Amino acid sequence: MSYAFFPGCDVPRKSTPELYVSAVGLCQKLGIELEELEYAPCTGSGMIQSKDQALGDTFNASTLAMAELTEKPLMTICSTCQGVISQANARFKEEPDYLGEINKTLQEGGLEYKGTTEVKHLLWVLTEDFGLDRLRSMVVRPLKDLRIAPFYGCYLLRPSAILGYAENPARASALEDLIGALGGTAVDFRGKKLCCGYPIVSDNERNANAMIANHTLEAKEKGADVMVTPCPLCHMNLDGAQPAAADQKGTRIGLPVLHLSQMVGLAVGMDASGLGFERHTVSTKDVVARV
Amino acid sequence: MRINLKVSRYDPQSDGDAHYQTYSLDLPHDATVLDALIQAHGYIDGSLALRYSCRSAVCGSCAMRIDGQARLGCKTKVVDLVHQEGQEVLVEPIGNMPTIKDLVADMESFWGKVRQVQPWLHPAGPEPEREYLVPHATMLDLAGAMNCIMCGACVSDCTVLEVDPDFVAPAALAKAYRFVGDPRDQADGDRLRALTEYGGVWDCTRCNMCVEVCQKGVAPMDRILALRRKAIEDGFQDHIAARHVIEFEEQQRKASWMGV
Repeated sequence: MSYAFFPGCDVPRKSTPELYVSAVGLCQKLGIELEELEYAPCTGSGMIQSKDQALGDTFNASTLAMAELTEKPLMTICSTCQGVISQANARFKEEPDYLGEINKTLQEGGLEYKGTTEVKHLLWVLTEDFGLDRLRSMVVRPLKDLRIAPFYGCYLLRPSAILGYAENPARASALEDLIGALGGTAVDFRGKKLCCGYPIVSDNERNANAMIANHTLEAKEKGADVMVTPCPLCHMNLDGAQPAAADQKGTRIGLPVLHLSQMVGLAVGMDASGLGFERHTVSTKDVVARV
Repeated sequence: MRINLKVSRYDPQSDGDAHYQTYSLDLPHDATVLDALIQAHGYIDGSLALRYSCRSAVCGSCAMRIDGQARLGCKTKVVDLVHQEGQEVLVEPIGNMPTIKDLVADMESFWGKVRQVQPWLHPAGPEPEREYLVPHATMLDLAGAMNCIMCGACVSDCTVLEVDPDFVAPAALAKAYRFVGDPRDQADGDRLRALTEYGGVWDCTRCNMCVEVCQKGVAPMDRILALRRKAIEDGFQDHIAARHVIEFEEQQRKASWMGV
């Protein structure tokens, strides 16, 4: 199994470096070969697109073109990257003339996107390509005592039409299925497919904190010991801004949040010290000890 | 096919909280959720309150939360929701609004916000001698926004509105775009000034929920982003979120090896 790998921007490398480390480590452990796209730029994340849609599309076309050269599917480790790149990919398929315009800029850099790249999040690489049965057989630390609340991240879910949900309906429960395959119990709560508020965290802190508090407290109420997310931006909010959210709400939260790759890494026997838990804001000590 | 339709019931005159009532129904293969409700109402329980009219996704009356997501009852096929006989389908009133009774929501706040964006044309100058000429490409762009049937599904499931009732919300913002994007309207400046205040375009969390639940192709969040781009372009940059976007875009542009 071999993929072109888009690690994302500075988020998984500097803000949440535990994600990069654990994702790369996990793929190594599972025998998933990664060819990292060194020069792939930020997807724009909806921010660039709020000023210049074409610039965002140009950046994503270059990433897709670089992946296309490797002749492998493109793997992402961030819900937002997955969503934004998929939206651009869908637009290019629908509007080939537009892609032609974008390619003029790419050509100046020696690139051209022909529209063939498939984009897949690590979550789907695991549940679809690697397979849950195979993963189940590699579990050495079943997560059997843990009640885990899945938090998907908006950009991995919507718009569903361009994220392959019609062709792969199992994606709608991918996180829960994965948790089950690792021996854990998935906690059902309404917030699992809602918004963490990251896109407004610096522009409307009050609303972002309210969203974080709502989802973490609801998960706890439903019995969750820990939350897991495939998006580092969600992680930065749900974990990093959890104390601020708790303050605003006037109550204690204290729900540890894991990255997808950390959860799987623990289950398949990776050394916890190599998974970057010390970087978290909300302590993961108890959860890791239980596993 | 047989289903168990689990419907939220609430009677303000007698109930404390909403509770659920389940109707076991035998439905034809092509039944919609609205068909199921009409059957339940007509043959089992005439006390069930719900809104509907055209039954063909044009009037916008029958928006409701089906299996937790806002949709038009008449445009949601039961066969797309159930995979086995006797499966439960959950029906609740649309969210982010108070419930009047059962599935009937109080849409006053919804209408108030739509009115807030002044959803009528402010024409530039006197009428032309003949017709207004609008480029075809512009009308194609506006057609999506004009598709809105004011059903309230987007507002029902808006994740920002859930935590902040002052957010103008997707339907009003999409409606505002319908005018900002129309060259016959000359009030862009006033509109964008109002839309970039608190509760306007910069308070959307970009979760795509409104795009997902709209069954008429309005894609409200795409309109919100288009309004942001127009606002920045027209100089309405005095907002923390606008400055954030401008700075971010400049940084990425400068850092790019592509010469963009």
